[in-house]
Amino acid sequence: MTRSTPNPWLARFAWVTAAATLGLICVGGLVTSRGAGLAVPDWPNTYGYNMFFFPISQWVGGIFYEHTHRLAAAGVGLLTAVLAVWVWLAEPRAWVRWLAGAAFGGVVLQGVLGGLRVTLIADELGVVHAALAQLFLVWVAALALFLSPGWPSLPPVPAAARSLRPLLLGTTVLVFGQLVLGALMRHQHAGLAIPDFPLAYGRLWPSMDAEAIARYNQLRLETTAVRPITAFQVGLQMAHRLVALGIVAGIVVSARRASRLLGRAHPVTRLARVWVGVVLVQFGLGAVTIWTEKSADLTTAHVGVGAVTLLLGALACVIACRDMLGLTRVWDAHAPPAGVAGSGALAARLTGPSA
Amino acid sequence: MKTSALGIVLAVAGGVVSGTVAAAEIGGKVTLKGTPPAERTVEFDALCGKLHTAPQTTRHFVVGTDGGLANVFVYLKEGPAGKTYPPPAKMPVLDQVNCFYEPYVMGVMTNQKFQIKNSDPLMHNVHATPKEAGNREFNIGQPVKGMVTEKSFASREVLVRFKCDVHPWMFAYVGVLEHPYFAVTDKDGKFALPADLPAGKYTVVAYHLKAGEASQEITVAEGDKKAVNFTLEVPAAR
Repeated sequence: MTRSTPNPWLARFAWVTAAATLGLICVGGLVTSRGAGLAVPDWPNTYGYNMFFFPISQWVGGIFYEHTHRLAAAGVGLLTAVLAVWVWLAEPRAWVRWLAGAAFGGVVLQGVLGGLRVTLIADELGVVHAALAQLFLVWVAALALFLSPGWPSLPPVPAAARSLRPLLLGTTVLVFGQLVLGALMRHQHAGLAIPDFPLAYGRLWPSMDAEAIARYNQLRLETTAVRPITAFQVGLQMAHRLVALGIVAGIVVSARRASRLLGRAHPVTRLARVWVGVVLVQFGLGAVTIWTEKSADLTTAHVGVGAVTLLLGALACVIACRDMLGLTRVWDAHAPPAGVAGSGALAARLTGPSA
Repeated sequence: MKTSALGIVLAVAGGVVSGTVAAAEIGGKVTLKGTPPAERTVEFDALCGKLHTAPQTTRHFVVGTDGGLANVFVYLKEGPAGKTYPPPAKMPVLDQVNCFYEPYVMGVMTNQKFQIKNSDPLMHNVHATPKEAGNREFNIGQPVKGMVTEKSFASREVLVRFKCDVHPWMFAYVGVLEHPYFAVTDKDGKFALPADLPAGKYTVVAYHLKAGEASQEITVAEGDKKAVNFTLEVPAAR
């Protein structure tokens, strides 16, 4: 173990943990998309069994999705625990060690929330569980970025381009808000509150009076056990649509401004350009989710790509705000990360009062 | 003389208690007007699929040959004034048969125990989702064939939705009322309320999840036999 140079294996492990978290979000999304969140009524046991010994022959129907989610969550919990211990032992930067420790705390909290959502049959906890999952992904990915050998050598954002920061940050916060809106919609377990797109019940803005809502419910021919829709849910989906437009605009403007102010080669610009592609895919998935009457797989893809959209924005923010937040300290005040071209000079320049 | 008077008193009292004297009977039929949309095919999983030899559909509009609409919950909006009814000892059964709830719609009285049974050779969970205060949401596992669980609801609610999260196409509804005057229409759309209704003025409500609700004010005298018919319509698209 060395504390003077970055450990590329530790960084790789952190990225694997982040990737596993993204996978877990998708599995969790599939559980909700399949309406299987309560297919296993007990927790931490599974139908009375220790969850690790629940017979495979009984992984049927909704149980398959919920039980798989629990096992995958245990796996991510284990990865996070190993990551936290490894970082704590190998990482000289105290703030990174604390970030890793907090990640472990986060994954424990997330597991308990998931369990309480089942035992208390509390849909609102499902929303918190979904939102925390997104934040946890960002947290672990940011940690992986900080541990990456290339972190100290990332180019700074010049003073002339600092107006980019509030734009990136605002758009990313909007994306997170959109994910919370999505979680609110999904955890109402009411299916599609509006069955058409781009119109809404054939209009630009749907009627939301009691009579209209009663008619919408009568017209639905549910194939699964969804709750009746309410005016609140119709309003939620309209808000989700409007915020989506705002996000697309915010991301496109961010990418254009980053390109103009930072140049096309800057990592923030490159991230922002990928961000544009991802959000367009996400917008399309949102439309397809409606057109396919909330096909479970496509809806889950919408959740997964939503998480990637948040992640890209958050990483762009972290890089853009790196020097402002004092995150530029390297592994050791005098030792450049091994194998990082040019990082020595950059590290020397970036280290200083904060190193 | 004394014996004769006592006999009359006992006979009247017995009649009131048993409800066989001076009670009205209400029955009728609910008819659907319009052509309902086609039911949708249920997508079973592998295990449940093995329990069926033919495709199964949803049960939103179950209509008889002469337009009678099944699964309509018919009830008195308010029970007889000033009367309270203890929950009956008889326990209705909400069964799980071939990966469907049977019946699709049923009724119970507040605090009346009813049974939830798993008649399938596979695992179900039973998740009740009431909304009224006093009715507790519950989610129980019934992994073994033949399992029976007794439950009840404390508050009036029309209708409480039941679902199985293992098999998301499984859902059913239970109406809960504080009096016994309710019924569910059969496959021909016919219903009959309990035949011990005291004389009085009542509102009879017919509620169907998709065809909506209709109600009629009726006045029944002692011994009346009254037919109350309803027509519900297929909802218009706009």
